[in-house]
Amino acid sequence: MYTILKSKALAPNIYEFTIRAPLVAKNAKAGQFVIVRIHEKGERIPLTIADFDKNEGTITIVFQVVGKTTHELSTLKEGDSLKDFVGPLGNPSEIERLGSVLVVGGGVGIAPIFPIARALKESGNHVIGIIGARSSDLLFWEDKVKEVCDELIVCTDDGSKGVKGFVTQAMEMVFKEKSDIKRCWAIGPLIMMKFATQVAKKYNVPITVSLNPIMVDGTGMCGACRCTVGGKTLFACSHGPEFDGTLVDFDELIKRGERFKEEEKIAWERYKSMKGGA
Amino acid sequence: MAKVRKTKVPMKEQPVEERIRNFNEVPLGYTPEEAMEEASRCLGCKDAPCVKGCPVGINIPNFIKEIKEGNFKKAIEIIKQDNSLPAICGRVCPQEDQCEKECRLNKIGEPVAIGRLERFVADWEAEQGIERPNLPPKKGIKVAVIGSGPAGLTAAGELAKMGYDVTIFEALHDTGGVLRYGIPEFRLPKRIIDREVEYIKMLGVKIEVNAIVGKTITIEQIWNDGFQAMFIGTGAGLPKFMNISGENLNGIYSANEFLTRVNLMKAYLFPEYDTPIKVGKRVAVIGGGNVAMDSVRTAKRLGAEQAMIIYRRTEKEMPARIEEIERAKEEGIIFHFLTNPVRYIGDEKGNVVAVECIRMELGEPDASGRRSPVPIPNSEFTMEVDTVVVAIGTGPNPVLLQAFPELKLNKWGYIEADPETGATSVPGVYAGGDIVTGAATVISAMGAGKRSAKAIDEYLQKKLKGGI
Ligand SMILES: Cc1cc2nc3c(=O)[nH]c(=O)nc-3n(C[C@H](O)[C@H](O)[C@H](O)COP(=O)(O)OP(=O)(O)OC[C@H]3O[C@@H](n4cnc5c(N)ncnc54)[C@H](O)[C@@H]3O)c2cc1C
Ligand code: FES
Repeated sequence: MYTILKSKALAPNIYEFTIRAPLVAKNAKAGQFVIVRIHEKGERIPLTIADFDKNEGTITIVFQVVGKTTHELSTLKEGDSLKDFVGPLGNPSEIERLGSVLVVGGGVGIAPIFPIARALKESGNHVIGIIGARSSDLLFWEDKVKEVCDELIVCTDDGSKGVKGFVTQAMEMVFKEKSDIKRCWAIGPLIMMKFATQVAKKYNVPITVSLNPIMVDGTGMCGACRCTVGGKTLFACSHGPEFDGTLVDFDELIKRGERFKEEEKIAWERYKSMKGGA
Repeated sequence: MAKVRKTKVPMKEQPVEERIRNFNEVPLGYTPEEAMEEASRCLGCKDAPCVKGCPVGINIPNFIKEIKEGNFKKAIEIIKQDNSLPAICGRVCPQEDQCEKECRLNKIGEPVAIGRLERFVADWEAEQGIERPNLPPKKGIKVAVIGSGPAGLTAAGELAKMGYDVTIFEALHDTGGVLRYGIPEFRLPKRIIDREVEYIKMLGVKIEVNAIVGKTITIEQIWNDGFQAMFIGTGAGLPKFMNISGENLNGIYSANEFLTRVNLMKAYLFPEYDTPIKVGKRVAVIGGGNVAMDSVRTAKRLGAEQAMIIYRRTEKEMPARIEEIERAKEEGIIFHFLTNPVRYIGDEKGNVVAVECIRMELGEPDASGRRSPVPIPNSEFTMEVDTVVVAIGTGPNPVLLQAFPELKLNKWGYIEADPETGATSVPGVYAGGDIVTGAATVISAMGAGKRSAKAIDEYLQKKLKGGI
């Protein structure tokens, strides 16, 4: 059993859990993810590792409520535990000393970008960060990210905090101003990563994105997570989750994300009616 | 001789109309009377050709003789000397290619139903409540087993019986490997796997689930934790695709994904269970092995109106068990032989709507001795489908292998291991089952686990005497 040591609502529908999982924490590195199953009847869902503490033996996850399972997860309290929590999965980010680097986190993507920024900083890079959300109430971890960045730009779609506009606009700003950015990481919704890739490409900066498609095992056994990268079919869980953004077929991924849309709706409605009736 | 029945005593089955609407087991097993009657068909041949056909050499005539006399306990004891998973093997072994193939009764009719008798006594024993065997004193020596499929479970059980302190590390949240995530409930009920796993635990084996070796725990950490030897039974879990156009459309699954959702995650009970599965009206399963049969029969049970097999050779070359092909036919599965998909066609939402196929003919035999199929030019045609399951085979899962670069692999990417002992290129590390042979059978994986356990014991005795 994997106990929830700390739980916190970061923003409407966005939660942070710190979970006791010493074995996972021991080997966790920036860029990796875990698979979570709440209870015996639960599904296995992938969540990117947002932070880890090897000494305490804990992993931090941040998730947004998007359906039945994430809602059910959000109702758990400190002291409750998860049935299964397996990882660290996928390959760690390639962290090396490059010089100036840019990290971009959009929406819940702010969380997984944090350990990457920290690792880049620890390796002696000049880290420029961009974090963005639709509006100020959906922003979180600003201070935490700031601490591991040399420069940080905050933006919101509606201008309620920081620069008004999308993270991609902030990227343009940075690229225009600085010609020495060696590499960039962008994590967020697929559509954001797609446009972030276009911007990076325009300025000839290599870009890495982190994919989080529907998964079952998370170890390369089922192919549920397959995606087209550079014309080849790869498994996001075992070949990724990070890929060169310019090679990723985002449109296919967006469609594949809708595979179980109807079933997700059925599960969600059933859950709500049961909660209501209980 | 004249009195011997020419055919097997029939085993009751769930009627077709019922079983295509549920996931309950299809064959229902023998009663004691039926088992004794079937056992009496055995000629008790002195040279026992059947034993030579058994990959683990069970003393078949002896256990059958005990059944004939009603000594079921004796019978199961005889089987268990060589086979630690009889309830499973009695259900899923390809007996028609092994023991039953060698039976002398084939000359006059059907062979003795050795598999059914094995299943009968194993189930009989379970009903009596399984007794814990007397265990030797603990040696206090730790051995790690990676993977809880039939290879790993058997190696662990055997080592525990010798007094070793065994821990199994399993990547998934539950045990059994393919037995649990691959083979469907209607062919191998999960309670039988649970029972066998319980028995292994009774022997003192510790099982760590959610422990992916190479990720959650490294090989180095295993050695540092004081394990003195290791058995690798990680299987052949990497799904293959054909790499044809449209294969990533929605509605196209690998057999591993399709079966894992249904079996391990119980998607057939959605929405009571959270994992969904989507099966349309017209389902095409690509392939001709057990995995393809299991997938297509699962699709039928999940409501497919037309559940079909697309296979590039003919029925004769199909590697699936004959019994399962027969049952599939009874259940109304449609077979398209000498047919191969060339591309999938999707709609604007990215859902598969059709498969374009090409007709094939059989050419010269290939390296494996099977006649290889060749496409007939300009014979392409299209079939409407809304769900596709690709069941064309698997390869070695790379997670462990990448984490263990010292292990020598063969040219197909499987672990190179001594066929007698399972010894690998790394001292103290043994391997067996599908990760060595490629996708094979439960019984061969089990046999390998058993041989390796013996070899590990010999290795450790030598090592601890200071010989190594
Ligand atoms: C659908 C289907 C139907 C079949 N039907 C039959 C049949 O009727 N008769 C028959 O004889 N055979 C059948 N087979 C084949 C048979 O199931 C396999 O040959 C057998 O299970 C192989 O056993 P194994 O122990 O080598 O591997 P597996 O059963 O594959 O078990 C391997 C285990 O190792 C775990 N693992 C992998 N990597 C790691 C890691 N890094 N760390 C920890 N754990 C790890 C896996 O999660 C898995 O649990 C079928 C196979 C399938 C897929
Ligand atoms: S989730 Fe199964 S292969 Fe990636």
